[in-house]
Amino acid sequence: MLRFITSRILQSLLALFLVITATFFMIRFVPGGPFTAEKAVTPEILRNLEAHYGLNKPLWQQYLDYLGSLAHGDLGPSFKYPNRTVNEIIADKVPVSAELGLLSLGVALVIGLTLGTLAAVRRNTWIDYVASSFGMIGISIPTFVVGPLLVLALAIYMGWFNASGWYGPADRVLPALVLGIAYAAPISRLTRGGLLEILHQDFIRTARAKGASEFRVVTRHALRGGLLPVVSFLGPAVAGILTGSFVIETIFQIPGIGREFINSAFNRDYTLVLGTVILYAALIMALNLVVDITQAWMNPKVRLE
Amino acid sequence: MVASSPPLPLPVTEPIERGLSPWHDAWLRLRKNKLAVFGMAALAVTTLACVLGPLLMHYGYEEQNLDLGAARPGGAHWLGTDTLGRDLLVRLLYGGRVSLGVGLAATFVALTIGVVYGAIAGYFGGKLDAVMMRTVDIMYSLPFPIFVILLMVFFGRNIILLFVAIGAVEWLTMARIVRGQVMAIKKMEFIEAARALGLGRRRIIFRHILPNVLGPIIVYTTLTIPGVMLLEAFLSFLGLGVQPPMSSWGVLIKDGAEKMEEFSWLLIFPGAVFSLTLFSLNFLGDGLRDALDVRSSKD
Repeated sequence: MLRFITSRILQSLLALFLVITATFFMIRFVPGGPFTAEKAVTPEILRNLEAHYGLNKPLWQQYLDYLGSLAHGDLGPSFKYPNRTVNEIIADKVPVSAELGLLSLGVALVIGLTLGTLAAVRRNTWIDYVASSFGMIGISIPTFVVGPLLVLALAIYMGWFNASGWYGPADRVLPALVLGIAYAAPISRLTRGGLLEILHQDFIRTARAKGASEFRVVTRHALRGGLLPVVSFLGPAVAGILTGSFVIETIFQIPGIGREFINSAFNRDYTLVLGTVILYAALIMALNLVVDITQAWMNPKVRLE
Repeated sequence: MVASSPPLPLPVTEPIERGLSPWHDAWLRLRKNKLAVFGMAALAVTTLACVLGPLLMHYGYEEQNLDLGAARPGGAHWLGTDTLGRDLLVRLLYGGRVSLGVGLAATFVALTIGVVYGAIAGYFGGKLDAVMMRTVDIMYSLPFPIFVILLMVFFGRNIILLFVAIGAVEWLTMARIVRGQVMAIKKMEFIEAARALGLGRRRIIFRHILPNVLGPIIVYTTLTIPGVMLLEAFLSFLGLGVQPPMSSWGVLIKDGAEKMEEFSWLLIFPGAVFSLTLFSLNFLGDGLRDALDVRSSKD
């Protein structure tokens, strides 16, 4: 187990390093710089600006400098927001996106697990059909269709919510629901499939035979094995929720890191782009690592591979 | 001296009963799945409409009528017009060409890379396989949608680049599936026979192994198309994909979402068509999986 974890950690670190390097050089080889959009920058000022941010040094030197400060946790100054560092901007925006992500994940798990379990236990009844149709619909209708439609119906016609913004608790409902439902759908399908496979097995019959209640059979015996597919989906799901928040933050005008990332790419704000990419990559890899380890813990077959 | 013996009665040949080929068998099973048949029909209608429809229409996708502005559905414009007076039905059909085209082209890129990569890794095995699959593992953990976004922002939202970028993201799972299948099949006797006959490696892989992996490949390809179309629409929705005045379903949905307060049909029709298409593809993929009896093994 220890060997398994160390090798996975090393692999993630290597991947993270690749992401940093690839992104660093990719944004530098792109035409246009952070100061090209600003009008009337005289060559002298441009030179001063570049000297100030170290852009006049050779590229490899900049790269090494960046890695050096990154090792100290410093993501550098923003090029577009004078006097602000990337660390400050990220610290400012991340809590918003984190709240949205966690709420959505909660919605996804509660709805997905409940529907999936009900569908499996009441197989081939109307409950199963309703839950399975929900799964298919949720997979096929993208968030950027569901989101605006819900806004249209619940915010504009019914007037229950604000159409956009991120102020009171009521403003959390629609965004979290839209993003959560998108992932509740696959989770419910995986739960149903996983449980159905397990419920046929002998040890379930044994549990029933010794008189365990159906509730106990499902929650204690079946779910542990039945949830394996769900656990392995959680890594991609969380990554998807992170990138899905780009769309949700755009629709609902939420001041999160997703919108900031897209703006920074448009603005050629080198350090902010790099900072957000590193943040996302590190987060996604860390989550995948947790998922891998959980999976190995739940299923010995995985770690023996 | 010996009289020729009477001719032996010819053995009565019974008419040979023709067995069903596995493909025919799968087709019969698929036909019983109502949702899959519905998906196939809906896809056929949508594709035909998008390919042929624009030839029959009186308006161009970029043809504006500013005096008319946004007209409600009905009358000369069946699905209404957008705020610039452009016919929504025409824009939907042209948008469909782009969205379906991106879906097919990018899936083809992903299919080609994934199958060749997976087949090589699976057939040769050993160290080569270990290195190749470790690479896939590492690539899996990279935040690709973020790279695609960066590519689109930096390199000017070029539709060819969009194909390549999406295709380059989506081949990983295909490679894993093909590798697993190839590893199982290469141990079988008919492959040993092929090798004993002195066939070359390339011929064994492409003529003898891959045709037997076709089932999973078809199923996964069908399920990749909606994923790819979703990614294209996602990028277009963020303003990074197809650029106006050209239309794609993602562009139309973005436009509709901005104007839905007054002109709800601009969101509802594109949203419905796009969702219905994804629906159909998912149903068809699911149906094919059952019909071809492919285990849903992603690892």
